[in-house]
Amino acid sequence: MIEVQTLRAGYAGQAVLTDLSLSFPPGKVLALVGPNGCGKSTLLRTVLGLQPKLGGEILYDGCPLETLSPRIRAQKAAYLAQSRSVPNITAWRMVLHGRFPYLSYPRRYRPEDYQAVEQALRLADAETLAQTPMQTLSGGQQQKIYLAMVLAQQTQTILMDEPTTYLDIRHQLEVMHLARQLAEQGRAVVLVLHDLCLALRTADEIAVLDQGRLVQQGTPEEVYGVLEQVFCVTLHQVETEDGPRYYL
Amino acid sequence: MKSWRTFSIRRSPDNRIPLFAVLAVLTVLAGAASLCLGPVLIPPGELLEVLLGRMPNTPQAKILLFARLPRTCGCLLAGMALAVSGAVIQGVLRNPLAAPHIIGVSSGAGLMVTLWGAVAPTAAAVLPLAAFLGALAGVVLVLLIAEKTGAARITVVLAGVAVSSMFNAGIDAVITLFPHALNGYSDFRIGGLSGLSMSRILPAFWVILAAFLFILSLAGELDLLLLGTETAQSLGLRAKPLRLILLILAAALAGAAVSFSGLLGFVGLIVPHIMRRLVGEESRPLLLASALGGAALLTGCDLLSRLLFAPYELPVGIVLSLAGGPFFLWLLLRQRGGRIHD
Repeated sequence: MIEVQTLRAGYAGQAVLTDLSLSFPPGKVLALVGPNGCGKSTLLRTVLGLQPKLGGEILYDGCPLETLSPRIRAQKAAYLAQSRSVPNITAWRMVLHGRFPYLSYPRRYRPEDYQAVEQALRLADAETLAQTPMQTLSGGQQQKIYLAMVLAQQTQTILMDEPTTYLDIRHQLEVMHLARQLAEQGRAVVLVLHDLCLALRTADEIAVLDQGRLVQQGTPEEVYGVLEQVFCVTLHQVETEDGPRYYL
Repeated sequence: MKSWRTFSIRRSPDNRIPLFAVLAVLTVLAGAASLCLGPVLIPPGELLEVLLGRMPNTPQAKILLFARLPRTCGCLLAGMALAVSGAVIQGVLRNPLAAPHIIGVSSGAGLMVTLWGAVAPTAAAVLPLAAFLGALAGVVLVLLIAEKTGAARITVVLAGVAVSSMFNAGIDAVITLFPHALNGYSDFRIGGLSGLSMSRILPAFWVILAAFLFILSLAGELDLLLLGTETAQSLGLRAKPLRLILLILAAALAGAAVSFSGLLGFVGLIVPHIMRRLVGEESRPLLLASALGGAALLTGCDLLSRLLFAPYELPVGIVLSLAGGPFFLWLLLRQRGGRIHD
């Protein structure tokens, strides 16, 4: 499990996040929400070691982040970045890149790597796209392949930065369904989301960030009121057969 | 069932084999034509006899072994080195407009070769090292600009053009002050391979071979860089040191080529572009295809430069520029169409 204790993080000595403590619990979907610039993406990047922290502690299964090599970190946490390049390679080759953390120099793929790729493509419902060049896929299909690459990493924790951006509602719901499936398999899934209704509907827990601080962390019912204050909006709740649903 | 699935999902590498076969045949044909054709026509049968040592001390053997063989080997080697160097630089900087002669790598090597010619004209064996150091200076300058300023991709190329022109001014200054610095390198400024000897190629050959094999072993890492720094790092790649290592290797390739072929342009730009269209962006096939394509293109252009106005001979750099200039313009026009994003 990844834990963050009294974290200070930011850029060039200027803190964006201060005194932030939270953990990414296994078996749950945690949504990170907050206004633009509150430090959601900075948190993910710092937790992954993509940018240095300014203070505090980041622990991977109890071990400080700094003591782990980039490959070991990548075996424990996978990351779907906000901006994604689309190289001119096949989808299958793209997903195979997810096995990089398990390979030593020079890279030679093993049978278990190909097996992991097959599983990931199946889980992302993208088997039929395997031999298609990435650049000929639609935005939603490319997202599926990126997700499959993340799944091929076979990590305990999966961090996704705005995974539903530019996706139509059907693909958004597919991504959320996949996040829930992964949590049910016992993985910790962390989603940075701008769509409050989607976050309230999908997440087991929501961490609300504002001005670089954690305002509250709890179940959707618990943070419901705080969200209204932080975003200055009115949220409505209706009870359905599938549980509570929210709309603005 | 499982094995069938694996077979169905994996992209079969076989679909690129015919292409590699064609490239290999083209390279062999270009090499053979370069050996056979010229003021004295040497039929393929005699060529084989000479190469097998069955026609010693004949005029054909002298022409082949002392003139055409070194020149052909030089063409094949320089074309391969510059094309692979271009493919690596374009991949690392993620910029389709980057190439050794555009971002100052070739001119950095050229400046050092010229300086070396002025200071120690007899120590030709260490020319590849001097050229490598110059190419490295070009690479480091451009990399610093890219890393420190977080410059946009087109800005990196423009910075490279500025670095390149400074190095070119340095070459001109050295030649002005030391007119004999490039004795025996009459075509150096525009690139040319006449008057080559095997002893001049050999040191560069070892550098090119070692750098090429090392780059091939890092093809998987180069693939990850194409996904963007953030994603590459999240997959466990140490992106910054890797970039530096790959650019140093690209500098070694370009520097070694410049040390005996001069400032050849456009091979490092054109060939990776064409090959990327043919084999895709996956690094290992792209590097292999670029090596073959670069060798064939430069050898073919060199042959043209010898035959077009025979008995007069053009430096091959002119033929390459005549072909490469329009290609570069086409590339810029495509960029204005929005297909290459900064």
